[in-house]
Amino acid sequence: MREVAIVGVGMTRWGELWEKSLRDIYVETALLAMEDAGVDRIDSMIVGCMSSGLFVGQEHLGSVLADSLGAAPVPASRVESACASGGLAVRTGFMEVASGMSDIVLVSGVEKMTDVDGGDATYALGTAADQEYECYHGITFPGLYAMMARAYMHQYGLTREELAAVAVKNHENGSKNPLAQFPMKVTIEQVIGSVMVADPLRILDCSPITDGAAAMILCPLDQAKKISKNSPVKIIGSGHATDSIAYHSREDLTYLEAVAKAAERAYKMAGGGPETIDAVEVHDCFTIAEILAIEALGLVERGKGRTAASSGLTAIGGKIPVNPSGGLKSKGHPVGATGVAQVIELTKQLRGECGDRQVKNARRALAQNMGGSGGSSIVHILEVG
Amino acid sequence: MFSSRYWREIPQRYRMEAAKCSGCGHVSFPPRLICPKCKGRKFEKVRLPDQGKILTYTVIHVPATPFKDEVPFAIAVVELDGGVRITSQVVDCDPSTLTIGQRVRTEFRKLQEIGDAGILCYGYKCVPA
Ligand SMILES: [Zn+2]
Repeated sequence: MREVAIVGVGMTRWGELWEKSLRDIYVETALLAMEDAGVDRIDSMIVGCMSSGLFVGQEHLGSVLADSLGAAPVPASRVESACASGGLAVRTGFMEVASGMSDIVLVSGVEKMTDVDGGDATYALGTAADQEYECYHGITFPGLYAMMARAYMHQYGLTREELAAVAVKNHENGSKNPLAQFPMKVTIEQVIGSVMVADPLRILDCSPITDGAAAMILCPLDQAKKISKNSPVKIIGSGHATDSIAYHSREDLTYLEAVAKAAERAYKMAGGGPETIDAVEVHDCFTIAEILAIEALGLVERGKGRTAASSGLTAIGGKIPVNPSGGLKSKGHPVGATGVAQVIELTKQLRGECGDRQVKNARRALAQNMGGSGGSSIVHILEVG
Repeated sequence: MFSSRYWREIPQRYRMEAAKCSGCGHVSFPPRLICPKCKGRKFEKVRLPDQGKILTYTVIHVPATPFKDEVPFAIAVVELDGGVRITSQVVDCDPSTLTIGQRVRTEFRKLQEIGDAGILCYGYKCVPA
């Protein structure tokens, strides 16, 4: 296997981008990534997208986007693993470069979610769960994570305030990110007083509905100097795992087994465990998800994720900085783009380009992306090249 | 919902039919073609018990479109006696009184009305035991 480097990244501000189409937001970020890397051609492109069919009525995205970018006839593939589609795109691009099949690969994620109304968006996101045995009964994604929160509260004594502290921290971080959809700071009281979505989760426990894209350029490490002026960031670990599609079938309702398995594989490839990680981006689609993710990643012991945000452990200046970008919560969550954006944030952190939200002396970083209620997870570990 | 897609699930939704592995006894609901525990491929048809307990639950306030007239409603992970788990609404009770560990039983109920014609779709819901 060849060593793989990230040499270019591109992202625009996320939000409700009514004036822009899926194609527009994709091409904007793809061009930014190519300009950042300093490349004028690509050998192949991979795009992660969960549900362009339900959100904008368009499938066959590989071809659609290669055409829009003016890159046809390059090979172009769309990959899907629900909200982990972006992470899967990074992994697919990584494998393509590592294997020697392609040298310069454009890896992107995109989701255009605001062309449908809230109810239809909730339905589209629900297709990441078991349609016949979960959604048929009326469960929603906030509902699935609310059941995780309730089970975790029962088992470990998590309080409503400790849960809200995750949102407070991530909005604090997001307020320092010029690309965040919701960069406003929030207080514990505002989170606890916000509109109920699925008890005990309220609207400020939930990541938003977002339009957005993110893109990066991968190449072999030994060609990085020739291809790009940027100092390369290496992908040194990639892990991917699956679990039962239905949340009710998980043996332990307070543990994300797919995250633990994906992390185990990524740590093994990287040759170092959680103690070697300086900065982390996790899939905080809901506040409870960040708590469960850091436990499954082995960053804290089981049951200790409860106080990680409220104690300052996971703040930017804390021992284990988690979601310095603002996370899905503040930065936004265009589902297919999220996994790519996580890796972009860590690439910038490792290049030392993050300004007020920079994690000091970060050398190795981990991104955890998750599909559905934990039916899939993808973990990447990056290191300064 | 596509009529054959609905019709295929009727044995599970109306009668709670499951598949018991002839090799290891593991019960799959819905039935599968291969046992996830022992990889066996022989099964006998069994009916799930109608009694169980709540493992965790939520009350939905913001629903998907088909359930927009039902909110707020309670929905739970229920472990039926014998160990099979289902996701099911819990009805005929005040959602604020539910607790983890509470005993419930399944009943045959209307679940959704679908499409402009309002086609009725049925299945199981739980009620306090
Ligand atoms: Zn078996």
